[in-house]
Amino acid sequence: MTRQSILDLYFMDARSKLIDIAAFLDRVDRGEGEPDFRLAAFRKALEELQHNEPVRAKSVLLSLSDPTTEPIPKAPGKGAIGAWPGPETH
Amino acid sequence: MRYIEPHGHMVSRTTDDYEAMIIAGCRAVCEPAFWAGYDRSGPEGFYDYFCQLTDYEPKRAAKFGLPHFTWLCINPKESEDTTLAAEVISLIPKFLDRPNVLGIGEIGLNKNTRNELKVLEQHIDLAARHDQLILVHTPHLEDKFKGTRLILDALLADSRIKPDRCIIDHVEEHTIQMVLDAGFWAGITLYPESKTTPARAVDMFEVYGGQRVWLNSACDWGRSDPLAVPKTAIEMRRRGHSEETIDKLVFQNPIRFLGQNPRFTVR
Ligand SMILES: [Zn+2]
Repeated sequence: MTRQSILDLYFMDARSKLIDIAAFLDRVDRGEGEPDFRLAAFRKALEELQHNEPVRAKSVLLSLSDPTTEPIPKAPGKGAIGAWPGPETH
Repeated sequence: MRYIEPHGHMVSRTTDDYEAMIIAGCRAVCEPAFWAGYDRSGPEGFYDYFCQLTDYEPKRAAKFGLPHFTWLCINPKESEDTTLAAEVISLIPKFLDRPNVLGIGEIGLNKNTRNELKVLEQHIDLAARHDQLILVHTPHLEDKFKGTRLILDALLADSRIKPDRCIIDHVEEHTIQMVLDAGFWAGITLYPESKTTPARAVDMFEVYGGQRVWLNSACDWGRSDPLAVPKTAIEMRRRGHSEETIDKLVFQNPIRFLGQNPRFTVR
């Protein structure tokens, strides 16, 4: 596809999601109390958007992933939260 | 349009969903065994569930003219209890002869624990002993990358397992490459919030090719869309992909993989 037609198809959708992210960060700023590790993880993942190679989606996903390789001794629960809290929680 | 829904948890869907899928062009639905949203109290709960998947649900689907197939296992979310898992795994062989059973699935990992991995290896052994196809669930969100690597290692460590008889489901941009490079099939799951959107699914198809890839909705009791596959086909049309290319991805590819079990036939 041409870049022009990709913009025609997806610009408005991406623009809307971009503003949603901006508004989310504003909302967090206006909130009270200390945020947990997810906010730092989110900001770090945002940096991945600055790269010039077309692997940003992969980089964002990796940035939010558990990078360790060994199985853990016991499940802390059943759910996932969307960002890796770091080694200290295991 | 015609398509296969290779991964749908129909026991948690309504008859309206069956009707909508038929109208959209669905020609067969395949239902892997999974978590009910709560832990079952014992092996009897799984026995009843396997009866539902192999007897009641295919009859319900048949009322809409939709062939229904299934996969059996204890899902990774309930695999932390290895005693329960062993009891459930011992129930499976007597169901493998049921006419709509395609293989062992969806097995895999959830939180990437030692016990989950042990139970995954037991399922891989079960599949190898009974020469069954394998459908693998990869973990959610932050656990997916690590879990996918552990799963591929476990499958590749068993020399009886042929990668082209295993599908690794719920791949995303950070896991699809390693799955395809190792010779496995890759499933792309379309969810409203987690996993992938139709646009990202088509991106992956364009970047990695559609040789060993299928699309599925994995519709269940959570926020999910039983029409996600045909909606993604429409997304492909919007990008100018031909009807033939679309048919290959949403209809012929699942048949190529699932047809390795002669029980899987579609009109
Ligand atoms: Zn599933």
